[in-house]
Amino acid sequence: MKSLAELAAIREKMKDKVVLREGTSDTRIVVGMATCGIAAGARPVLSAFVEGINNEGLASSVTVSQTGCIGICQYEPVVEVFQPGKEKVTYVKMTAEKVEKVIAEHIKGGKVVEEYTYNYTVKA
Amino acid sequence: MKELSLNVLDIAKNSVKANATLIGISLVEEGNKLTLTITDNGCGMKPEVVETVVNPFYTTRTTRKVGMGVPLLILAAEQTGGNVTVSSRHEEAYPQDHGTVVTAVFYTDHIDFTPIGDLVSTMETLIMGSPEIDFTFVHDRNGKIVELDTRQLREVLGDVPLDSFEVIQWIGDFLREQYSAE
Repeated sequence: MKSLAELAAIREKMKDKVVLREGTSDTRIVVGMATCGIAAGARPVLSAFVEGINNEGLASSVTVSQTGCIGICQYEPVVEVFQPGKEKVTYVKMTAEKVEKVIAEHIKGGKVVEEYTYNYTVKA
Repeated sequence: MKELSLNVLDIAKNSVKANATLIGISLVEEGNKLTLTITDNGCGMKPEVVETVVNPFYTTRTTRKVGMGVPLLILAAEQTGGNVTVSSRHEEAYPQDHGTVVTAVFYTDHIDFTPIGDLVSTMETLIMGSPEIDFTFVHDRNGKIVELDTRQLREVLGDVPLDSFEVIQWIGDFLREQYSAE
């Protein structure tokens, strides 16, 4: 049974980590979570990013956050990746399966997954 | 929306946007009737705005003029023979006790009833998105109750934020465990 004692243990473990979370992120992953995004399936995409980033041990350098409508509802779920010194990358029609590839190739490997991007999709 | 839990997520985000500090989400199933109530202590809406939120062409968004959140909830409720009511107390008229209550009634035995879906993911997503807000969650299934109150968690966690991955995982497991305890 899950108990509040487990939460207390998490608190102990997190004591030193809490400070690190503030503002040290290099990469920001933003998932559109307005009505349009939610209806198109953004919730599992967000979960996949949060789980993937944490399971890969990337949480100290990557933050995953939610935003409202990005303005291209027909391409939802939309995900934007911001990295310092680089142009913003917009991924469209995302799925939890695609997230795995984005984390492996783009977030970890530094290579944008072109076929999932807005530019690629619109030109295709 | 494929699941009612997605409507819940969407509507609760309006409460977040209204600067609520406490958002209550309650689902009560009695026989074939499901009552969903989302309550917040946010800024509230003036009566004339309450009238317009049911209209798909009302939105607070400035980038475009269509808001679909409440209309989609109304669609989901009315197609089962149910209904949605929105009542609100705007902060100007009610400086002490402002906020909004959205109540939706569904008939779960109607063929057009949308499955409730994954409420645990909805709660995880809401808390991750707004870790500074407190949420209460109750799902009463004919007397079998699943519940969460982030105020209790916060007492134990101190200054550890609710959106810490370990905490979100704990919340998910905590709720799923209650759902599977029959």
